[in-house]
Amino acid sequence: MATVGRAALLIALLICAYGVIAAVYGALTGRREWVESARRSVYALAIALTVAFGILELAFLRSDFSFAVVAGHSSTSTPTFYKASAMWSSQEGSLLLWVWLLSLWSSLVVFLTRRRMREVVPWATAVLLGYGAFFTALLVFAVSPFDTLAQPPADGAGLNPLLRHPAMMIHPPMLYSGYTLFAIPFAFAVGALIAKRVDAEWIRSTRRFALGAWLVLGIGIILGARWSYNELGWGGYWAWDAVENASLMPWLTGTAFIHSVMIQEKRGMLKIWNVSLVLATGILCVLGTFLVRSGILDSIHAFGASTLGVPFVALIAGMSLGSIALVVWRRGLLRSEHRLDSLLSREAVFLLNNLVLVAMCFVVFWGTFFPLISEAVTGEETSVGPPWFSRYTVPLALILVLLSGIGPLIAWRRATATNLRRTFAIPVACGVVAFLALLFVPGVPQKPLALAMFALGAFVAGTVGQEIWRGTRARRAMTGEPLPLAVTSLVRRNRRRYGGYLVHLGIVVLFVGVAASSTFQTASDHRMSPGDTVRVDGYDVRYVRATAEVGNDPSGTGAMLSLGAVLDVSKDGRHVTTLRPARSFYPSNSTASGPVEWLVAGEPTSEVAVRSGPLKDFWTAVNPDMTRFQEVIDQGDKAVAADIPEMQQPMVAFRLLRDVIAPNYVENPPPAMFRMISSPLVAWIWIGSLIAIGGGLIALWPAPDAARRRATATLRARVAQDLGRA
Amino acid sequence: MDALALLAIFALLLVVAWVVVTPLRRGAASQAAAREEADRQDLEAARDAKYREIRDAELDRETGKLSEEDWRALDRQLRAEAVEILRRLDELE
Repeated sequence: MATVGRAALLIALLICAYGVIAAVYGALTGRREWVESARRSVYALAIALTVAFGILELAFLRSDFSFAVVAGHSSTSTPTFYKASAMWSSQEGSLLLWVWLLSLWSSLVVFLTRRRMREVVPWATAVLLGYGAFFTALLVFAVSPFDTLAQPPADGAGLNPLLRHPAMMIHPPMLYSGYTLFAIPFAFAVGALIAKRVDAEWIRSTRRFALGAWLVLGIGIILGARWSYNELGWGGYWAWDAVENASLMPWLTGTAFIHSVMIQEKRGMLKIWNVSLVLATGILCVLGTFLVRSGILDSIHAFGASTLGVPFVALIAGMSLGSIALVVWRRGLLRSEHRLDSLLSREAVFLLNNLVLVAMCFVVFWGTFFPLISEAVTGEETSVGPPWFSRYTVPLALILVLLSGIGPLIAWRRATATNLRRTFAIPVACGVVAFLALLFVPGVPQKPLALAMFALGAFVAGTVGQEIWRGTRARRAMTGEPLPLAVTSLVRRNRRRYGGYLVHLGIVVLFVGVAASSTFQTASDHRMSPGDTVRVDGYDVRYVRATAEVGNDPSGTGAMLSLGAVLDVSKDGRHVTTLRPARSFYPSNSTASGPVEWLVAGEPTSEVAVRSGPLKDFWTAVNPDMTRFQEVIDQGDKAVAADIPEMQQPMVAFRLLRDVIAPNYVENPPPAMFRMISSPLVAWIWIGSLIAIGGGLIALWPAPDAARRRATATLRARVAQDLGRA
Repeated sequence: MDALALLAIFALLLVVAWVVVTPLRRGAASQAAAREEADRQDLEAARDAKYREIRDAELDRETGKLSEEDWRALDRQLRAEAVEILRRLDELE
């Protein structure tokens, strides 16, 4: 099977090379059969890569350790659920996933544009196949996922325990879908520049792909935050880590692009800005992929150090220089068709929103690469932490929230005083009322930034509510529809607009959750023995008893041993909840340890216990003191090694762990360290994300295409007729 | 390399070659029609986008973001542009 996989990758590389040549030749000569052949090369690429991907996935599911990558990243004891996702924990597998997703999205876009944009599509096809050529060449020549072992081991090293979380099944495919989907507007921007078709057509044709990229990248980021909150054992959801930042940067520029293209569509303005934004987003996506896989920056997420630095840097440099050259070359065509009429206009607000988003991206970029920059300049690696990021991003986020409330309300071209009074009165009142009310909430007035975020959040919620209400009222006045039907029809007929409003609402809810949980969090560490009680943020937490599970991990991660605690949480004498945090231990990757220690010497993970509620989360993690436990294990190893034949040692070691060592821990537990965090409104981060995702899906859903029907009336009447039907 | 693997590779090669080469075998006969179809679809997309702009402007007027006077001027301009697109579409038929 490995041979077929290798051949499929080689065929994929040849298809890319052929497709690039055919597309460029077809574009230069106008011979459509070559353009068509290039387009179909993208489908052929998807077929070949699906074969390669399927073979590797099958090897993981079958635990075929003759594949080096399977032996290095999976094992027979890895649960099937995680075997399926183990592929993208490896560098080879993740690159294959990247290029496979690229081939699928590229196939979709060249299919949808098969009878459109005939000048632009061939160049865009060449760019997409060029991307494909780069990644398949890496897989063929540098890091083949189909390398085989002459003597396959009986068992593999297993999946990194930190990655054994349901979110990790879909987090990487989501991020990579976002990255590869952004390759599509990038490719069409390049095509539009080369073909001199820089009107809004390429934007319309790829708008859904840009929006889809923004959405899935956003989902990927949120899943990563969720994983961090539930798996990493430090109690946070965002650490401004290099790899987190790598996915945030293209999301920020992508957000700016999604907003600014509206100005080009409506007014023919900001053409240079839009192509620059989408080209930068495409480059940042490749940079993001490189950062995750390279390990050039320290990260809690850096799961592999790469040898691919040079080719990636060459690609990023080529993309950057090529993009700059293209924009400069076509600057004459990219002049705006109109000028900004007034600073009090939606265009001006969108422009400001773009500047804020790009400034945020720059801050994140600078903070992320600061260790490399400082090392290059001073010779010492210095990194910046979350407070540095917060100093700049929090004020920018406040401005962004304010603008997300103003943007939907203000008129295009020029807002009048009457217009401003009429549209802003209610939302501003919402913000002011919230501000005044929150002044009476203890602790809030002392935190002005959080207070500002809450008040601005109320302003934006007022904006969205008012917009939906006014739209519904207008719809009812026109059609006489009952209220629920009028709301549905309004949203259905204007999906982009109202989907966007919901996204604004969701993002603001998320920001409010972030502001509240980060500002008013109470966190503390406690060393406790069974029977001890501590007080955290008004909660009394009693360590009731220790627990130990061997080969029976309730969360299904395949842990060999889980040492945990039962915590009774009460408030004012009333029972609130019972929490069961645990620390999971996995078999070691190396064979050097003794038979008992081998069972638990792998990287441990925290199984946190959280009581989530709409107002507050109570989060706990436990870290047992292993000093005495280690002594017992060492004694066990000596006994097993001395008395038991080598073949039987693993089984005896397991029994010793299950029947002696674990019960001993439960009966006579050493003190354990507990981290306890009480955070308000964390749940609203996830709820806000769901609202934003729902809004994104509404905006993404295709509008009814009623205008395709033809009429025989005069042209002017036909416009009215077509509009009336839609 | 076993025979089954060879067979699978050969089958894959055959499939991708068929997918890629088919348009070249068909030749340029239908290219003029394809070009016309592409132009028509571009115009239809432009027309749909123009209709969306007209509806957006109407909604802006109804929700108080555009004055009656501004809306009339904008609507007149957008409808004229829509008419031009329809005229070009008719010329293709």
